[in-house]
Amino acid sequence: MAAEKQPLVQVQNLSKYFKLSKTDTLKAVDNVSFDINEGETVGLVGESGCGKSTTGRCLVKLYEPTNGKVIYDGKDIFDVKSKVEKMDFHKNIQMIFQNPYSSLNPRMTVKDIVGEGIRLHEKIGEKELDERIEGLLKDVGLNRDHMSRFSHEFSGGQRQRIGIARALSVTPKFIVCDEPISALDVSIQAQVLNMLKRLQRERGLTYLFIAHDLSVVKYISDKIVVMYLGMVMEQADAEDLYKNPCHPYTKALLSAIPEADPDIVRNKERIKLKGEIPSPVNPKECCRFVERCSYAKPICSEQIPELKTIDTNHKIACHLF
Amino acid sequence: MDKIIEVNNLKFSFKTYGGVVQSVRGISFDVCEGEIIGIVGESGCGKSVTAQSLIRLNPEPPGFFEDGSIIYKGKDITKMSEKELRTIRGVEIGFIFQDPMTSLNPTMKIGKQIEEIFVQRKLYDKSQIKEKALEILKLVGISDGERRYNQYPHELSGGMKQRVMIAIALVGQPSVVIADEPTTSLDVTIEAQILDLLKDLQKKTKTSIILITHDLGVIAKMCDRVLVMYGGKIVERGTVDDIFYNTKHPYTSGLLGSIASLETEKDVELSPIEGTPPDLFSPPPGCPFAARCEYAMEVCYKKMPPEYELSEDHKTVCWLQHEYAPDIKLPCKNREKSEVL
Repeated sequence: MAAEKQPLVQVQNLSKYFKLSKTDTLKAVDNVSFDINEGETVGLVGESGCGKSTTGRCLVKLYEPTNGKVIYDGKDIFDVKSKVEKMDFHKNIQMIFQNPYSSLNPRMTVKDIVGEGIRLHEKIGEKELDERIEGLLKDVGLNRDHMSRFSHEFSGGQRQRIGIARALSVTPKFIVCDEPISALDVSIQAQVLNMLKRLQRERGLTYLFIAHDLSVVKYISDKIVVMYLGMVMEQADAEDLYKNPCHPYTKALLSAIPEADPDIVRNKERIKLKGEIPSPVNPKECCRFVERCSYAKPICSEQIPELKTIDTNHKIACHLF
Repeated sequence: MDKIIEVNNLKFSFKTYGGVVQSVRGISFDVCEGEIIGIVGESGCGKSVTAQSLIRLNPEPPGFFEDGSIIYKGKDITKMSEKELRTIRGVEIGFIFQDPMTSLNPTMKIGKQIEEIFVQRKLYDKSQIKEKALEILKLVGISDGERRYNQYPHELSGGMKQRVMIAIALVGQPSVVIADEPTTSLDVTIEAQILDLLKDLQKKTKTSIILITHDLGVIAKMCDRVLVMYGGKIVERGTVDDIFYNTKHPYTSGLLGSIASLETEKDVELSPIEGTPPDLFSPPPGCPFAARCEYAMEVCYKKMPPEYELSEDHKTVCWLQHEYAPDIKLPCKNREKSEVL
């Protein structure tokens, strides 16, 4: 029964190209598909320039995709025309941004930042609003005194908490977290991670967690999607992906993690990737990873590999399989 | 091993409108020949200020040395003139900056930036200079050196730029290289490449490296000895194994507990360090970590603990080591494998 239930978010053949000039096209996201079930966390990992943030931004309609669909709760989000439906969409899907220093308006108080969405979506009295905001701030570990302050008066970790309170203010179901902890210090990262997990438990939230830190992604996610140069390389359940990585890129990515344990580091066999990440401008119509792959065959530089299912919930785009 | 740099009771502060920020509050350590020594800590703990004060890169004023000395080859760096410093900076002590995007000169070709030191020091003949520059480019793993030589920094990727930075740090054949967060702005696979390169070069050239980072993973991979800094002080020092497997300071232990590693089970909550670092305008009289420490005793707030020596290398600044303190076992990394051996 549970298996028959439709996923909350379905990303289908999503592409986002940026036209740079007459001849140059930057293919930030190219034919990406994955599903997110209700109440679960999907981790989206990859190195810079792989299109993970662009994908996240398409999901909250900050970008209009070039191709493909994003279906939320049975409806294509880019097919929404009426104002009521649009409002409804934005009430359900929210985003937490990477940089807590630039994503809060420096001229607005915390109360205005967190209350903006509530005021927009509901008719609410000033007193009630104050109570709601106080509750939200409490949920993210801040208190009533912080309401009248401006964002520059807070530390990075506290600002990220404000960003999270803002996202929660309209009681969304689905939150896109775009590298929410990468700008924070290690000891603060754990505070925010624990909080995100707690909020998910309490409110039944669904997350798309975008990050480049694979250990963190493993800790928080149920399912993981690995991207490279705009394409999905592999997707699987979190445990499965780390125990049994199949794609050469995933293997290399996992072996490159600097682990905080000298013994593990000493005994670990590293897969060394040659070269650098190529440019996503006018990519060749073949496997995107071919230039750095040590198992590459002739076919790899001729054809784009399709995303094949090799096990339950385990999909991989590689000609070797 | 011979000591190359000796830092004694170094205190470095900055004058600001809000008062004096005591960034580094009396730290002492040595750098020995051919070792990689790591300094780890969170932002604002004074690790970068320490590194930069070793070759006087902090702006003075507003920065100034309150106390202490940095002895390099029998001379005190804190008392050197600008002229003397120029013979050391970038020549005998190299520096690799955190952000390769902004620390290279955007209007100068890569080759020329590398040659700068040769020209200034008149190390080689004019005819030899280019050859030497290409040699160094090859040493840091840049394959088509001839082409790169004539390129500008904006034409290179982040990883390439960091390689160029390393090349520049190495031209003077320095005895010490200070690397301030050399891989923080890079991707994981590129980070691994650069760290490997640094380690290889260190083995080849026998240069000592002072590695500043906030990432305990980088420390575990690279270092021989580690200094853990908090609130402008060194709170624990020791070999990597001491720090990870025999942790003796609650802060170090807290740092280790707050990282999600690949082994962390999903349903286990991370144990973050609650609270925030101390205000260095008016640092607390006692242990800087006391306010966030779950084992804090009354004395911790009032008096700075002395440095307790646990072994020759391993030292910790914590009242828990006092003979009257309760016996507490701090959580640290388990080392199952070695116990079997």
